[in-house]
Amino acid sequence: MTSAISLRPTATDVADVPVLEVDGLAVAYRGPEGFQRVVHEVSLRVRPGEVVALVGESGSGKTTTAQAVIGLLAENGRLEGGAIRLNGTDVAGWSQKRLDGIRGQKISLIPQDPTSSLNPVKTIGAQVAEVLQIHRQGSRAEIGARVIELLTRVGLSQPELRAKQYPHELSGGMRQRVLIAIAIALRPALIIADEPTSALDVTVQKRILDLIDELRREDGTAVLLVTHDLGVAADRANHIVVLKGGRIQEQGPTAEVLAAPRSEYTRQLLADAPSLGKTRSAARSKPVHIGPRRDAIVVENLVQDFAVGGREVFRALAGVSFTVRRGTTHAIVGESGSGKTTTARSIVGFQKPTAGRILVDGIDVTSLRGENLRRFRKTIQLVYQNPFASLDPRQTIFQIVEEPLLNFDPLPRDDRARKVEAILDRVGLPPAVLTRRPHALSGGQRQRVAIARALVLDPQVLVLDEAVSALDVTVQAQILTLLDELQQALGLTYLFISHDLAVVRQISDTVSVLHNGRLVDGGAVEDVFQRPGSPYTRELIAAIPGGRNLDPRSFR
Amino acid sequence: MSRYVIGRIGQAALVLWAAFTVSFILLQALPGDAILIKFLNPELGLGPEQIADIRAAYAADSPLPVQYLHTVANFLTGNFGYSIHAGVPVGDLILANLPQTLWLASLGFLLSVVVAVALAALSALAPFSWLRAFIQSIPALFISTPVFWLGILLIQIFSFQLRLIPVINPGPWQALVLPVLTLAVPISAPLAQILMRNIDHVLTEPFVAVARAKGASHRWVLWKHVAKNAVLPTLTIGGILFGELLAGAVVTEAVFGLNGLGGLTQRSVNDQDVAVLQAIVVFSAGAFVLINLTVDLLYPVFDPRLRVKQGAVA
Repeated sequence: MTSAISLRPTATDVADVPVLEVDGLAVAYRGPEGFQRVVHEVSLRVRPGEVVALVGESGSGKTTTAQAVIGLLAENGRLEGGAIRLNGTDVAGWSQKRLDGIRGQKISLIPQDPTSSLNPVKTIGAQVAEVLQIHRQGSRAEIGARVIELLTRVGLSQPELRAKQYPHELSGGMRQRVLIAIAIALRPALIIADEPTSALDVTVQKRILDLIDELRREDGTAVLLVTHDLGVAADRANHIVVLKGGRIQEQGPTAEVLAAPRSEYTRQLLADAPSLGKTRSAARSKPVHIGPRRDAIVVENLVQDFAVGGREVFRALAGVSFTVRRGTTHAIVGESGSGKTTTARSIVGFQKPTAGRILVDGIDVTSLRGENLRRFRKTIQLVYQNPFASLDPRQTIFQIVEEPLLNFDPLPRDDRARKVEAILDRVGLPPAVLTRRPHALSGGQRQRVAIARALVLDPQVLVLDEAVSALDVTVQAQILTLLDELQQALGLTYLFISHDLAVVRQISDTVSVLHNGRLVDGGAVEDVFQRPGSPYTRELIAAIPGGRNLDPRSFR
Repeated sequence: MSRYVIGRIGQAALVLWAAFTVSFILLQALPGDAILIKFLNPELGLGPEQIADIRAAYAADSPLPVQYLHTVANFLTGNFGYSIHAGVPVGDLILANLPQTLWLASLGFLLSVVVAVALAALSALAPFSWLRAFIQSIPALFISTPVFWLGILLIQIFSFQLRLIPVINPGPWQALVLPVLTLAVPISAPLAQILMRNIDHVLTEPFVAVARAKGASHRWVLWKHVAKNAVLPTLTIGGILFGELLAGAVVTEAVFGLNGLGGLTQRSVNDQDVAVLQAIVVFSAGAFVLINLTVDLLYPVFDPRLRVKQGAVA
């Protein structure tokens, strides 16, 4: 804990003149009914060497505020009031041309998604060099040398090679390092980090945040950190600003906001944030057992190969085994490329395993063909990550939930309607949504529809593939509660695929940790978390944000 | 050679073969008979036996599969047969008419690219949104313009009213001005639209925001980041539009009375000169395939993401 505090700047290296002072900021977007204000009266200050976190859920105005500061609002956005003082100079009224002179030099940006934030047809070296060229920093040779120096500084191996490579040849984490190199190239006074790690795996996330921390301390740069993750803010910021609906709910020193939140909304956020929260599995009532205790899913020595470019074979899964007891939740955890989604697809029967056995409810999935496979799908249903993409925008909610029924045993129309209405009620949606289409629903409501669609066939097993990852924390908490209730009431078995260990710890009974297609750890959740059996699991657990701060349970 | 290149060349050969076969079947299915049309003319005074001899010389009465294999073999050896109507080798006919069409098509395509790029650049640089909306609506006007109507309108204005270009015996360049313009306008429209849409799309990419955050001006971003990314998907469409260009040439040459492949096609259709039509179809398909093959092979040069696959196999 002492090391945690020393990582944050101490009072001595935080000077008093703010680098950034936002005063009464108001921003509006042009919509069908004229300009609509989305940021109201936002005021904050960032002093040299300080990290200020802007925290909020989607639509809170946190990104808009950050965009306004760097003068890069979307085309339909406009500043409607307030001052943005950079080192004392108000830049709020400046033209784009004038702002070009300070962007990159005095104020820079680390963007959210490293995969799409680099130009795919230009080399890494050219894109780092560009910021130096725009601000005319030295000759060609000097710029070339500086590029290599910067790439080395952000921890990229073989910088000369990297400079000649194209973005697609680098991993997500490496690309984010390149973007950081661009942001620090001219030693700006302020860096805006807009969700800099939300698109990255948790272990990569930790390394990138550590890097930003280190560079900030060495150069004394101020950072405005935009994040939806309260855990990240708790670990990295001196000062937290909580936004909701474009208004500041509260702000103050990190420790104060976490220990004694003044606003109701912050308290809610803190309670819902899985990384800061309690482990729910301890509080969970024991899973119900219906009839004799049976295993819902048995996976034995599952191997899955994929052909890549002709004769080469890529082994996505190399002998994975686990069992899931009926009425319990089993989580499959891993980073991208670990094989967790491949496992799920094999269990649902979307692909034939290369070797191994999968029993679902006593039925060997690998031997099913044609009509039997189709029938089997009734017992196991999927809920996908993105509730915006997994619902047909042209169907009404009624049609969406009704569709699975039409694919299986034909029921009379009235029975179908009753069944749809009952299941929507079950997932907590009012009957009024029946005639609406997905676009008229919020993200949380859509995910409820997706769950209703999965449940309408009375399945035994629900595969939840990152089913809450795209949701805001408060919505996420509601959906997790709903899933818990449904499990208690219907005796469902969940297979919970996730990269988010904090959520996994909350919801699961047992867990399998996958790494490069191999099972590296497994067993009861608390056992794995308390006594991780592999170095990889330990690294994963250490990387969960929010752990670095005061133990949240100590002041609960 | 890499697998990518071999694959593309294989596809090109397949397309050529398909074009040949389909056109062969369609031309054979046409009612009427070119030989009868020509030689039954009473002025020639040929008897039925002589006509039968001529038919035998053309192998017109042998079974279709035999004719098909015969023609395939001939085409493969570069022998395109004889024109039934003119009695000269089809290869010579095409070569004689080719230069005119080649000039018309390449100048027309060049002009359409220039017009499309100019419109897209103007719209991207337009300082006001109403001006941009106006520029972006121009291609829709172009696309709905029929080639024959535009040609006649241009002749009316430039030749008869302004008297800039003589209708009778214009110089070789003067003769091309109006046809090229007629051909270019409708082709430039879809190119411009796709280019504009691509530019708008690329401008919303996060890497553009990153470039702006580096302090790059709007012009710098357009030139250094947007241009190449927006042109890449347009290449494919350019290749496909080339086919449109050949079709447009037929009508344009007819309207302006030019002696090109278009004119030859028109005359051969009137005469039902199957041998010439067959060769023209294969020749056009060949040109189309060649252009698109070039586009496909150029892609890895412009887009580094396509180079990896190639390199991994090579």
